[in-house]
Amino acid sequence: MKLFIKFDINTICTLFLKEKLEEQNMNFTTLGFGEIELDENLSVEALETLKNNLNPYGFEVVENQKSVLVQKIKDAIIELVYMDDNNNFKSSVFLAEKLNHSYGYLSNVFSEVTYSSIENFIILQKIERAKQLMLVNEMSLTEIAFLLNYSSVAHLSTQFKNTTGITPSAFQRIIKKRRENLK
Amino acid sequence: MQKNALHILLADDDEDDRLFFKDAFEEVRVQTKVTFVHDGLQLMEHLLTPDVKLPDILFLDLNMPKKTGKECLIEIKKTEHLKNIIIAIYSTSSSEEDIEDTFIEGANIYIKKPSDFNTLKKIINEVVTLNWHYHTSGLNRDNFLLRLK
Repeated sequence: MKLFIKFDINTICTLFLKEKLEEQNMNFTTLGFGEIELDENLSVEALETLKNNLNPYGFEVVENQKSVLVQKIKDAIIELVYMDDNNNFKSSVFLAEKLNHSYGYLSNVFSEVTYSSIENFIILQKIERAKQLMLVNEMSLTEIAFLLNYSSVAHLSTQFKNTTGITPSAFQRIIKKRRENLK
Repeated sequence: MQKNALHILLADDDEDDRLFFKDAFEEVRVQTKVTFVHDGLQLMEHLLTPDVKLPDILFLDLNMPKKTGKECLIEIKKTEHLKNIIIAIYSTSSSEEDIEDTFIEGANIYIKKPSDFNTLKKIINEVVTLNWHYHTSGLNRDNFLLRLK
């Protein structure tokens, strides 16, 4: 006997994607036309796994190579800033060696995609780490300046103020009062 | 930078100021979609509408009739599903006390309302770029404080 089956490609694909994403425990919304919004950012490994899971079925994760490179630059910067013994590295040399591109190229791609510079992003991350050291480790500004390779406490203070608009001591005061308010 | 436009909600009772912001947002590099509300009551009503798309950044004028920006800020921070919205307060006041106070109440950004268009554009660019970094680079939002003049 013969059966005629009518099917809708779109439904199949959507259902299939849903299953695969649920296998990896991802929360998401489908936006149609193959666009999916994930509730959180995927780690590089999780994205690899997803790609590998989808490829055999003819699905391919389309990505913008430049955005991928920018994410790698950001990851490398974070690694550098959170290294406790980073005295020997110049950030431009570190990035160029780690990512196998000239610093000039990396710098151009970064600005093109994020509308801000690598230098600014490094400062932003350093100040972010300073905030953490201040709040979590309760370190003094002198200790933090030393750990993050600032030439002086004044230099760290100035950069903190330039980046956030407030002084380190005002920052500490605000967060402390916020926490008291929450109690 | 990103596929979907950044969703901005702006609460201000002054029509000139709303237009001023609207024009500035149109000229920044990042694609944005701006929604306006006219006072504090309307703002809270909007945010508490079921299934409403919450903004990525809320620009909040401190001085508004019916319900002030500060009252809204406190209410938002007390509401479980709203408290993670990034809030940018703007005001003509530059009293240190006012500024610290709004930060303590949970604002992330304090903007001294600029009088010229180019400064406003510069400020908006800075806010949007930094917000994006916080969004994509695992920075701690609880420590996100920024004061712009």
